[in-house]
Amino acid sequence: MDITFKDVSYIYQKNTPFAHQALDDISFSIPSGSFVAIIGHTGSGKSTLIQHLNGLAAPTEGEVMIGDFRITNKEKPKDMKKLRSQVGVVFQYPEHQLFEETIAKDIAFGPQNFGVADREIEKRIQEIIPMVGLSEDLLERSPFDLSGGQMRRVAIAGVLAVKPRILVLDEPTAGLDPRGQKEIMDMFYHLHQKENMTTVLVTHSMEDAVKYADHIIILNKGKKYMEGRPEEVFTQVEALNKVQLDTPEMIQFLDKFARKFKREIPFQKQTSDQLAKEIQQVLRGVESP
Amino acid sequence: MNNTLIIGQYVPGNSVVHRLDPRTKITIIFFFVIIVFFANSFWSYAVLTLFGLLSMFASKVPIRFVMKGLMPIWFLIVFTFLLHLFINKDGILLLEWSFIKIYTGGVIQGIAISMRFFLLILITSLLTLTTTPIAITDAVEQILHPLKKIKFPVHELALMMSISLRFIPTLLQETDKISKAQASRGVDFRTGPVKERLKAVIPLLVPLFVSAFKRAEELAMAMEARGYQGGEGRTKLRELKISKLDIWIYILFICVIIGLFLTRNYG
Repeated sequence: MDITFKDVSYIYQKNTPFAHQALDDISFSIPSGSFVAIIGHTGSGKSTLIQHLNGLAAPTEGEVMIGDFRITNKEKPKDMKKLRSQVGVVFQYPEHQLFEETIAKDIAFGPQNFGVADREIEKRIQEIIPMVGLSEDLLERSPFDLSGGQMRRVAIAGVLAVKPRILVLDEPTAGLDPRGQKEIMDMFYHLHQKENMTTVLVTHSMEDAVKYADHIIILNKGKKYMEGRPEEVFTQVEALNKVQLDTPEMIQFLDKFARKFKREIPFQKQTSDQLAKEIQQVLRGVESP
Repeated sequence: MNNTLIIGQYVPGNSVVHRLDPRTKITIIFFFVIIVFFANSFWSYAVLTLFGLLSMFASKVPIRFVMKGLMPIWFLIVFTFLLHLFINKDGILLLEWSFIKIYTGGVIQGIAISMRFFLLILITSLLTLTTTPIAITDAVEQILHPLKKIKFPVHELALMMSISLRFIPTLLQETDKISKAQASRGVDFRTGPVKERLKAVIPLLVPLFVSAFKRAEELAMAMEARGYQGGEGRTKLRELKISKLDIWIYILFICVIIGLFLTRNYG
């Protein structure tokens, strides 16, 4: 499903002394099947933006299109449930949404609401549990007995069990240990490739953005600041620094490398292994074995 | 949730009413609430209304905003008015239409009672519109201070009040967050049969309680870690001071009371 924002503005508590403009005239389009990273500081409007993706918020001005669903200030899709079954949202700290008596019941909650048959739910749970890195004997336990990291995985499983076409992730790895962060992000990336899901990742981490995303949108104070492919966006160091954003480590490294060895290696979203080989090539002038 | 307004939410400002000591405001409101019930004539109501409107304009809170705060009780005001209009049988018969009979006494009493309601709500909502919750609790603690002599836990009560006030916005935010998360998982809070909608509250309430308890525990721990000790020997960050302004306002208010008692039974 394609996502299109056309001149979208959103104002909280309009016409009161507390009015606050969270989004200001934002336009972009995300083709189906891409992996988009939305980057910005706290208060830049990221969280407000993702609420527009499944109809939790309607734009004050402008138009949002999610596939065939059209959302404007006046017009809301008649079948909101269908929209929400196709757009899965993993909110910040999703473990706060757990409430059922057992983990199995909590994972089944979403699909049940969207009318998925019980046997199908059963099948999906069996599929998803190993995917998010949980063991099956936990299924009958209470979600409140788990550690924070495990609770996060249960909550994510609950969203994935709906089998959305668009997956929206709002800082899904915040507060996890580095290994857990990598596991979870790799899992999302794998899913993205296997199911050809459109993925929208809201993050602070430039490293995650550069590693997984093929399209970057940078927000600053409710406005779209930059947009483009990672190699286009992240090479504009000055523009990024102007809004207090860092460039990914690899770009910083390439920059220092160029200054020290007087040789430029262009950034092309290499992995660190690929880059190591390129460096070998450039410095020794030989093809690595 | 972000679009709805809490009744009497504090509106920052620097007007005369904002600058008054919260104790002054509470004391005046306390006595105002009492004297409203003494008004019984046109002129006595006029004096009170003048005072109410004067305070409202002096507070510089946008009128639209004050009225919005009064919104939920308009129904009550209108209802009392109609009740008196139809039931009271004093005075001259004004109108007769099948079984409905309206007398002058009904009209007068209807207006008087709704006026009372209106003034009471206006003046009390002005308190919360112009005073931060923290200032109100500080003032309550000070006013109740004498009760300490009879071992009444004044400080603890004030602390409980300020903590609960402090966490109302947090809880509202949390509710908003969780209801959005559950709506994304297909919960429908707005439509469907009542039974279904009641059931939809469970996925909202359970996480809310869990996080409220967790928060309370964390807060208690943080307070203890910072050496919190209530009551005796505790100093204050914000000292309340009675200024000249407060004294003038007291004098004005006493004039209002005198004015009220002079105009009682007139007109």
